[in-house]
Amino acid sequence: MRDVAIVAFAQSDHLRRTDELSEVEMLMPVLHRVLDTTGLRAGDIGFTCSGSTDYLAGRAFSFTMALDGVGAYPPISESHVEMDGAWALYEAWVKILTGEADTALVYAYGKSSSGEVRDVLTRQLDPYYVGPLWPDSVALAALQAQALIDAGETDETALAAIAARSRAAAVDNPHAQLKGPVPAGEYVVRPLRTGDCPPVGDGAAAVILAAGDTARALCPRPAWIRGIDHRIEAHSLGVRELTRSPSTRLAAERAGAFERPVDTAELHAPFTSQEVVLRKALGLDDSVTVNPSGGALAANPVMAAGLIRLGEAAARIHRGESDRALAHATSGPCLQQNLVAVLEGESAHA
Amino acid sequence: MPKEPVAVVGIGQTKHVSARRDVSIAGLVREAAVRALEDAALTWADIDAVVIGKAPDFFEGLMMPELYLADALGAVGKPMLRVHTAGSVGGSTALVAANLVSARVHRTVLTLAFEKQSESNAMWGLSLPIPFQQPLLAGAGGFFAPHVRAYMRRTGAPDTVGSLVAYKDRRNALKNPYAHIHDPGITLEKVRSAPMLWDPIRYSETCPSSDGACAMILTDRAGADRSPHPPAWMHGGAMRSEPTLFAGKDFVSPRAGRDCAADVYRQAGISDPRREIDAVEMYVPFSWYEPMWLENLGFAEEGEGWKLTESGATELDGDLPVNPSGGVLSTNPIGASGMIRFAEAALQVRGQAGAHQVEGARRALGHAYGGGAQFFSMWLVGAEPPTH
Repeated sequence: MRDVAIVAFAQSDHLRRTDELSEVEMLMPVLHRVLDTTGLRAGDIGFTCSGSTDYLAGRAFSFTMALDGVGAYPPISESHVEMDGAWALYEAWVKILTGEADTALVYAYGKSSSGEVRDVLTRQLDPYYVGPLWPDSVALAALQAQALIDAGETDETALAAIAARSRAAAVDNPHAQLKGPVPAGEYVVRPLRTGDCPPVGDGAAAVILAAGDTARALCPRPAWIRGIDHRIEAHSLGVRELTRSPSTRLAAERAGAFERPVDTAELHAPFTSQEVVLRKALGLDDSVTVNPSGGALAANPVMAAGLIRLGEAAARIHRGESDRALAHATSGPCLQQNLVAVLEGESAHA
Repeated sequence: MPKEPVAVVGIGQTKHVSARRDVSIAGLVREAAVRALEDAALTWADIDAVVIGKAPDFFEGLMMPELYLADALGAVGKPMLRVHTAGSVGGSTALVAANLVSARVHRTVLTLAFEKQSESNAMWGLSLPIPFQQPLLAGAGGFFAPHVRAYMRRTGAPDTVGSLVAYKDRRNALKNPYAHIHDPGITLEKVRSAPMLWDPIRYSETCPSSDGACAMILTDRAGADRSPHPPAWMHGGAMRSEPTLFAGKDFVSPRAGRDCAADVYRQAGISDPRREIDAVEMYVPFSWYEPMWLENLGFAEEGEGWKLTESGATELDGDLPVNPSGGVLSTNPIGASGMIRFAEAALQVRGQAGAHQVEGARRALGHAYGGGAQFFSMWLVGAEPPTH
């Protein structure tokens, strides 16, 4: 199997509203920055793949306009997933493994401010039996949080500590939307308070992947993808054990996460309670630095937040702050679908 | 290490109709998937991953439906990817699935595309709100009609060519039990006298709105050895994209389409597509796109595509049959339409196309396009495994 690495990462500043920017305008500077990092131009890239959803934009085919921002002429080899950009990265990784491309540009974006994201996400649910009741994303996460508390896995104080730790870490992240001391706030849906929930915001991210010697030429310390896998669970909450995440566990096994300890984990846990579930599934103890970027509790641009976890983990390897990092992305209500990647710096492998 | 060869060992379609009120979306996709599994003599347990595609989520009013469809497609505990590349998505979805096999990430993959347009309103699903888009495109026909006009002006094609294509495709559809539009009373005169919708496109020269799904099982060489029926082998596959609008864009023959075809022919070792390809399943939602794409795909010189159509070469019994299944003109569950082209090409080289079988078809091209004629995906399949 070919060695593939993340060689560059860029993201926008994540903001509560970006009314003055179209999606393309929000994305363009990020695309330029990630290309500039490597010196590559759009025409040098072997494969391009993006992740986004029309339901945030409120219009069909929103990704076609974003493609204009890439500068896709002469025509490019390109694809799009209606998923978080982490899965676009997975598709690009597969493409490089086939040998049909040596480099890939992956990007993702979401403007949650265009609508009411809590309402919008209800449209993901079974359209006949559950969707018509409009249970929103916070209410569903609260079910999961209460199940965890009832099982004795956590309590409200521990959840508040997760929020505090994440937002303290985000002080060092210039792109974060919410950072520093944030009050626990009132209940949104019991047992979740405002502090347990992610900020609503707009943002974009991009990474560049490269194979073998191309990666070494583009980046002093590439973040090699040692393994990557994703798994989905049943949709209906009634048939899932919400305090566990078997799909995360399986994806991590397949990605080789348990072969050796990791030093860093970027977890896509938009709600404090979900970090509890993920830590357990991944077997992470206190020796692992979890979400040094602040995670999704500090900035949660829907559809980009998972790709940002991969980018943040890779950037720590690029900077020499991590040798072996785990990155995780999620999709769907209550952690229904999960992706896990293991990234390593060259020295860790030698 | 060379790529793993990819074989199509299972194909399943639903009977395409304007409204499948008897099944849910989950029921519809499961029907196609079960038929593909039966064709391959496999069970859900044999499937390593699922790759699903459809056109905009607004068509059903359901955001990211792969989440809700995971159970129906036996994906629980497996990887599931959701592709969306506008009208070309059915083809792109199959190619993403094929890459999983050729990269040896998975051995056997279920790929499926669907549209259940009756669940919502595709017209409004496509109506882009101001200020994101100019307000008056009046549906896909309104967007494409000026480009057909440009083709006629550029090539001097007589205005009778479009009706020949529609008459042919609708007759071919009568031989395909899964096709949506079955009109046994079809005549060339009926096609020609249909109401004009977007000049020069008549009502009879447009695609229907369908509910339907198409599924394929893709597998590696070892999987192909176990197949009870002859597999179709992938000899080449590619995607190309270009922007919607820009100065110099050639809407009549987009460069992305030409480049995509050239890449597929290079992979498949095809130097003369007109002679070396036995059947073509081409994405023709409005009849005039047959002569236009004949040129774009290299089957005819520039300006000569309409002559090939007029000569009868693209008829089911011609020497380059185009859309023996009846094509998009007869069946259009939008997100599935590209995969149906890919699957019908595979049926032809497996010798399993029934009454619309092209005799002796050894190599066939499946073609899809989408957006503002900007996204292309194609594959070339053969009866024999690839040799290089």
